[in-house]
Amino acid sequence: MKIWIERQKALIDFTLSSLARRKLKNLGLLLVYTVIVFLLASVMLYTHALRHEAAQVLKNSPEVIVQRMVAGRHDLIPLGYLEKLGRIRGVQNKEGRLWGYFYDNVVSANYTLMAPSPESHGFGRIADGKIVIGAAVARERGLVPGNLISFRSYTGKLFVFTVAAVLPHEAELVSADLLLLSETDFRAFFDIPAGYYNDIALSVANPQEVRNIASKISETLPDARIILREEVLRTYESIFNWREGIVLVLLSGSILAFAIFAWEKASGLSAEEKREIGILKAIGWETGDVLKMKFWEGALVSLTAFLLGYVAAYFHVFHFSAALFEPVLKGWSVLYPRFELVPVVDGFQIATLFFFTVFPYTVATIVPIWRAAITDPDAVMRG
Amino acid sequence: MIKLTDIRKAYHQGQHNELWALNGIDLAIEANKVTALSGPSGSGKSTLLTLIGCMARPTSGRVQLGERDISGLPERFLTDIRRRTFGFVFQQFNLIAGLSARDNVMLPAYPLGGDWRALHERADALLDTLKLGQRRDARVEWLSGGEQQRVAIARALINDPQVVIADEPTANLDTALSREFMAILESLKQQGKTVILTSHDPLVVESSVVDRVVHLRDGHLVEGDK
Repeated sequence: MKIWIERQKALIDFTLSSLARRKLKNLGLLLVYTVIVFLLASVMLYTHALRHEAAQVLKNSPEVIVQRMVAGRHDLIPLGYLEKLGRIRGVQNKEGRLWGYFYDNVVSANYTLMAPSPESHGFGRIADGKIVIGAAVARERGLVPGNLISFRSYTGKLFVFTVAAVLPHEAELVSADLLLLSETDFRAFFDIPAGYYNDIALSVANPQEVRNIASKISETLPDARIILREEVLRTYESIFNWREGIVLVLLSGSILAFAIFAWEKASGLSAEEKREIGILKAIGWETGDVLKMKFWEGALVSLTAFLLGYVAAYFHVFHFSAALFEPVLKGWSVLYPRFELVPVVDGFQIATLFFFTVFPYTVATIVPIWRAAITDPDAVMRG
Repeated sequence: MIKLTDIRKAYHQGQHNELWALNGIDLAIEANKVTALSGPSGSGKSTLLTLIGCMARPTSGRVQLGERDISGLPERFLTDIRRRTFGFVFQQFNLIAGLSARDNVMLPAYPLGGDWRALHERADALLDTLKLGQRRDARVEWLSGGEQQRVAIARALINDPQVVIADEPTANLDTALSREFMAILESLKQQGKTVILTSHDPLVVESSVVDRVVHLRDGHLVEGDK
């Protein structure tokens, strides 16, 4: 074992001095390789962290949302539906929700308006005439608590609110464009009569029963659309997958260019390299020793690039909010949320990236050597 | 120590360009002596050297190292014998450019996996002995022809081989450097090494350091050994 370790140490040492001989060429290769790993790892880390974040946020959302459909479109849902739902076994809590969208001409952005239940956002009951705003809205409109803000509603009436609070920065991923107001103000602003809600949120006693309850609801309320939390999660998952896919497609050109470049570099063997292999064989190296040396060469370059690229991607995503991919991966919006993702690293993802970057390069370095390494050791003497 | 019996060697056997480089060589080479293989270009002396040095196998015939017949061994075993028993000095020196003198000297020892520090010390000691201590960190391409050859000799000695094989060692050296080489040869002989070399340089074959000269022509031994 000791001999084996000493031999590997010697081979690595030789490989390092061998790589140092073509410093510029190898540093260039390392740089391009690192950039590719950095880009791929950034996309993977970022979308994975976003998926994780979305799952965490949705963990506390209602398990079932019931909407009323009229002519195939979402319509207001009357209070009577809330009572009917309460009679279904297994439904633990039910709550009529009020929410809507409003386009603000001043900053050309869409806001989400909600009249929350007092316990749901941590600010207690919002008094009439007051408004709680998301951090991005506060930034865009330059608002602090105590300021006044006015909106002209869709009915043409002007409403003035006093900013009561700004929603915490930590929740910005989901609350950047949010405006919270009292139920009375909400109904007045959107002209929604009392006794009607946008939808109903239900929580169920036994999560295993969600699908059964959903089918009971659709029997009881044939005009209802039932949205399950697991479906929302799946939709988010596919949205992030899709965005990840778009970025990867955009990157595919550069990845392909690198693959060709790396393959050419790794597999092309110069006359000088062939001569050196001949010398090594003549002075007592076996074919296997030459292959091991070349293996270390490929492995050292690709492992270094992998580690540098991955660490750089980690900092890019978790400390610099993935500044390079923001527009594509966060979505299309005027009000971009500013948030720092909780670092999440997935072992399987690292393994996948490792397999697709380090492995092919290492193989590409070894294969052509095989042919050169099996030349007769006396070729040097004859040549 | 090394015994060759009816050695024949063909290149491209069975093809239109078939060439018999050696045609029935019988030769016994004594240990601790300097033996020179001499002859014109194409006489087969370098081919004979590769067979003695386990770099290639004969097409027919037997090569014995001590009591052991090594002519039929597979490449792996031959390599092992080659790196433990023989040290090579090539005509073109065959050093690896870009590496330092010391790195070049240590190359044959890498596959053996010996102690790292001891290997460095051994390489430095050899370079000191060959008066190259101050040039150990210089890249080999920056060295003069004589210095390069001394690096090649140090490399041949790094695994402390019993036999040193040198192919036309003075072909690229001027007279002064050739004399220097012969002095090194003398010291190797005094250390008890067996030296086998090829040369048609009179300075080598007529030197008193050389114990025996074997003449070859057209793949045959020629009468008239020294």
